Amino acid sequence: MFTQYKYWYPYVSPHDPCPPIKIKSYSTPPQLYIAFQPIGLPQFPTAKEALMHGTLWPQLYSPYPNPQKRNEKS
Amino acid sequence: MVWYYEKKLQYPVKVSTCNPMLAKYLIEQYGGADGELAAALRYMNQRYTLPDKVVGLLTDIATEELSHLEMIATMIYKLTKDATPEQLKAAGLADHYVNHDKALFYQNASGVPFTASYIQAKGDPIADLYEDIAAEEKARATYQWIIDLSDDPDLNDSLKFLREREIVHSLRFREAVEILKEERNTKKFF
Amino acid sequence: MPPEYYRMLEEIQAIDFVIVELNLYLDTHPNDFEAIKQFNDFTEKSMKLKIQFEKKFGPLMNFGKSFSNYPFNWVDTPWPWQV
Repeated sequence: MFTQYKYWYPYVSPHDPCPPIKIKSYSTPPQLYIAFQPIGLPQFPTAKEALMHGTLWPQLYSPYPNPQKRNEKS
Repeated sequence: MVWYYEKKLQYPVKVSTCNPMLAKYLIEQYGGADGELAAALRYMNQRYTLPDKVVGLLTDIATEELSHLEMIATMIYKLTKDATPEQLKAAGLADHYVNHDKALFYQNASGVPFTASYIQAKGDPIADLYEDIAAEEKARATYQWIIDLSDDPDLNDSLKFLREREIVHSLRFREAVEILKEERNTKKFF
Repeated sequence: MPPEYYRMLEEIQAIDFVIVELNLYLDTHPNDFEAIKQFNDFTEKSMKLKIQFEKKFGPLMNFGKSFSNYPFNWVDTPWPWQV
């Protein structure tokens, strides 16, 4: 399995004018890890759920915003 | 070729707050470099010279992008429909109003008009498909930054749908590269 | 528009979305027999839903893909961006 967000710690200078964001993140969605979609992947149980997620296959679904985004500021 | 219009959006678009400033940001995905118009035109145009195996995919993704263009237009239309000139001014849309009233215009969030130079077509299938993958990732990023700026939950719901579509398109273009580079298929082409 | 319009429209949007997803998938997986069956299945579902929808709310498509009442009701509101 893979994680959909990666985190890094930017260099913080005492001379930075704004309060530092200590942890930054970026999105690494599923298409980066699936070179070619295998046949027969499980699907969302209903067409409505597929529509609401923007894809038919849960394994291609990528949530946004990053659930941890709010913590970035601390 | 014939395209048919269907009187429906691909995904329901609801806007819950009267916030014309969001329209100013959304126009990036209407007439910006990585917007839906650029995407549709890019794939539609590359199709003519790409290997037959991937022409169907480009036709279909280009067509889906046109339906996304209409979703973005719907958002902008709804956000500005009943806004007063004062509200537009407060939202930073005074210069748009002066030139276009409430008409939509193919331009980016900074007011730069759409240009064909946003769209590349090299004729080399790998170069073109890599451009398409990059375009999808850039459009995904743009949706992320618009969602970050927007506090309208209903609008964000539609924007998250559009962001997810970029992910699926990117995967399909990556698969197209895999199809074109596969050794056993080359015999069929030559 | 009545709540029924939105309910039926969303049902069509859901079915048609599955069709779009399967279509793009089949563009790169043309030999997936099960997916083709599902594609044809949903295409049939979509056609049936649209016949019901059009009886109540008018034509969905132009250029002869939908039938018209008298007077020609393709031109009637609402358009997709208005609802």
